[in-house]
Amino acid sequence: MSADRTGGDRERLRGEPERPRETAGGGPADGAGAGGPATEGTDAETPRLHLAPSPHIHSPDSTPRIMWTVVATLVPIIGVSTWFFGLSALLVLASATLGALLVERTLGERGSLGDGSAVITGLLLGLTLPAGIPLWMAFLGGAFAIGFGKLIFGGLGQNIFNPALLGRAFLQAAFPTALTTWPALAERWTNVYGSNLALPLLSPGKVDVVTMATPLGLMKFEHQGTDLLKLAIGNTGGSLGETAGILILVCGAYLAWKNYLNWRIPVAIFSAVAAFSALLHALSPSLPGAPFMLLSGGLMLGAVYMATDMVTSPVTNLGSWIFGIGIGLITVVIRLWGGLAEGVMYSILFMNALVPFIDQVTRPAVFGTRAARKEAA
Amino acid sequence: MGSFRHGVHPPELKELTSSLPIRRMPFPELLAIPLRQHAGAPARALVKRGDRVERGDKVGQAVGFISSSVHASAAGTVRDVRLWPHPDGSMAETVVIDVDPVSPQGLRPRIVPEWAGLTPEQVVAAIQDAGVVGLGGAAFPAHVKLAPPPDTHVDVIVANGAECEPYLTSDHRTMVEYPERVHFGLRIMMHALGVDRAIIGVEANKPDAIEALRSTVPEDLDIQIEGLRVKYPQGAEKMMLESLLGRRVPSGKLPMHVGAVVQNVGSIAAIAEVFETGYPLIERIVTVTGPGIRRPANLIVPVGTRIADVLEFCGGMTPDAERIVFGGPMMGNAQPEPGAPVLKGTTGIVVLTGEAIARERELACIRCGRCLEACPVFLDPADLGRLARAGRYDEMLEMHLSDCMLCGSCSYVCPSHIPLSQMFGLAKSMTRKVERRRKEEEPSAAGAAA
Repeated sequence: MSADRTGGDRERLRGEPERPRETAGGGPADGAGAGGPATEGTDAETPRLHLAPSPHIHSPDSTPRIMWTVVATLVPIIGVSTWFFGLSALLVLASATLGALLVERTLGERGSLGDGSAVITGLLLGLTLPAGIPLWMAFLGGAFAIGFGKLIFGGLGQNIFNPALLGRAFLQAAFPTALTTWPALAERWTNVYGSNLALPLLSPGKVDVVTMATPLGLMKFEHQGTDLLKLAIGNTGGSLGETAGILILVCGAYLAWKNYLNWRIPVAIFSAVAAFSALLHALSPSLPGAPFMLLSGGLMLGAVYMATDMVTSPVTNLGSWIFGIGIGLITVVIRLWGGLAEGVMYSILFMNALVPFIDQVTRPAVFGTRAARKEAA
Repeated sequence: MGSFRHGVHPPELKELTSSLPIRRMPFPELLAIPLRQHAGAPARALVKRGDRVERGDKVGQAVGFISSSVHASAAGTVRDVRLWPHPDGSMAETVVIDVDPVSPQGLRPRIVPEWAGLTPEQVVAAIQDAGVVGLGGAAFPAHVKLAPPPDTHVDVIVANGAECEPYLTSDHRTMVEYPERVHFGLRIMMHALGVDRAIIGVEANKPDAIEALRSTVPEDLDIQIEGLRVKYPQGAEKMMLESLLGRRVPSGKLPMHVGAVVQNVGSIAAIAEVFETGYPLIERIVTVTGPGIRRPANLIVPVGTRIADVLEFCGGMTPDAERIVFGGPMMGNAQPEPGAPVLKGTTGIVVLTGEAIARERELACIRCGRCLEACPVFLDPADLGRLARAGRYDEMLEMHLSDCMLCGSCSYVCPSHIPLSQMFGLAKSMTRKVERRRKEEEPSAAGAAA
């Protein structure tokens, strides 16, 4: 008998809550004029209700939007680079990006090309390379950056080191000559350096390239300064993306305004570099001063686009300050006392390794836990 | 202007209803009045099938102190007392009433006693008997906050008029249209608590409410009205106390611990109303809004009215409506069943369309840190999310999962659309037992240490 009752109950339960739909247009609610075609229309096509836990709304930002905006801000920088180095710049960038995309497509998760992160890696890697590098090397670097810099860790969000910089570190270790051969600025935008076209696995040995020292190289090995205005505009020797300081700053400011990068990181890096080099310059005037250190080499590109890579930088704001100051100090140390002219890449990679630790120690205390502890004591 | 750290800025979307005066909805033909509409023990049914009830009759008796009574919102006949779809998604014991179509639903002798001359204890008892609960959503019985344990010292009442959830305007309209009621409710609460100071916190996007309240403060009461920065979740108790008083509630403690009682302005007005009219809490102001409803409104709805009846009164849903939410879109519950009733704690019915709720594909966490910047209680949602994915709930508790109030800010900002808050809700319900046991152990441990 009890089974019978439950059955009946259940039947009614199904039936009754539906009643408003069946009787729509006839209830007392109708008295207020809610009936008519509107109600009937609703009734005929009662929408299917959709269930999900709260929150039910979402901010318009998304990871692909962030990534593609970063790509968009790279376009003017690429343009300037092409202006200075000719078509070679585009070829090198395309090769590095192609390498990155190909590996992402074949070994990465399905559809992961759409998030835009592989394009960023490829372009950023390309921007750290000299314009005359053989294209196959750039391609290999892009492939390495994604394969060993990102996918091997588990894909997007999992890597410890900035993939583009890891790719560059690999190239620098494998092909030190090609990575430090800085061709002279192009005379026309159609310029293609002969060394670009070296056959795969061959060095561009036989091709003659007119080279030009980088400002950092001049400073380090020949104790020769470079005009600051030239540095700011970018018509000096160097890798593709390290020659347009002001433009990089403008693009970075836009990204920071959109909250697509943490402004604390570049500000911390610049402040640390400026303060440290100014101090050293004051102690020993033969060392270069703060303006030169800020504008030369890959500092701008590194501070704005590499160090701020969300995946490989701290999540806390305090951590971001520490991270940036660390990069700034190490950069100056490498530049002045290391065997290399440039130190941005290694300083960022080094600080990347510290990020998990920095995050751990800078995690804010949970709301009210300090008060609770104080009371317990 | 008072504020707290972190938080998010969802679109306010209040213009749909913020200037619409409160209207009364006609009585529906059927009421489904659940015996559990509040935090704490469900009420015990006092009626049975076939009983005749008048408007305001008690149909469920509070069981114990942390419980509240429920009443018939209209005269009619009890069809049955049985399981019925509850807005929380479950089936709950419910008094189902066929509303008498010819009854005038008019006034009858007062049920709630006159306020004048009552002792604090009598006020507390009357409020419990009148079934007043927090109308801000959580539905915590209102009288409990008025009877703090003897070892706590309360010196201020904070009236929460933030209404920080997008879309909702019921508190806003209450403050604009019934500011005296808010003050009267505060007077009663101050009397019950023996407190002589109150602050009303209102988000600055409601200047008309601030003005209405300021211009009606009774001369003999110390009531201060403060504007608050428009930021979500400004209306969370702990944020409110931080914003208005700079008092930080210790983790795991209640506002009482820092000498304050926080009550939502709607509930305060309800306390005033029950003493004013003599009727228990049988109706409430509900904001019916969202892109999926044809005629948004601020309505006085009898408690127990089914969702479908309310929506029908508001012109019905648009064809692209996809989700019915009780409460605001940040913390509200999606409703599976249009036959489920409006409760005392239902601040609004927000009908969202596919466009409003569109979620993009979930991607990997890119460690952007926005969730950390959003979390008002300084948790690390990204890390908690990783633990939740792996089912490592114990470790989540160590990372203070219990301090998470499920405000949804982290999910709202996550650019990878990771359902953080949603996973935390699940983790919290999975670990509730563990937590309870830990809490039971804690006082004894503290006692041993002392």
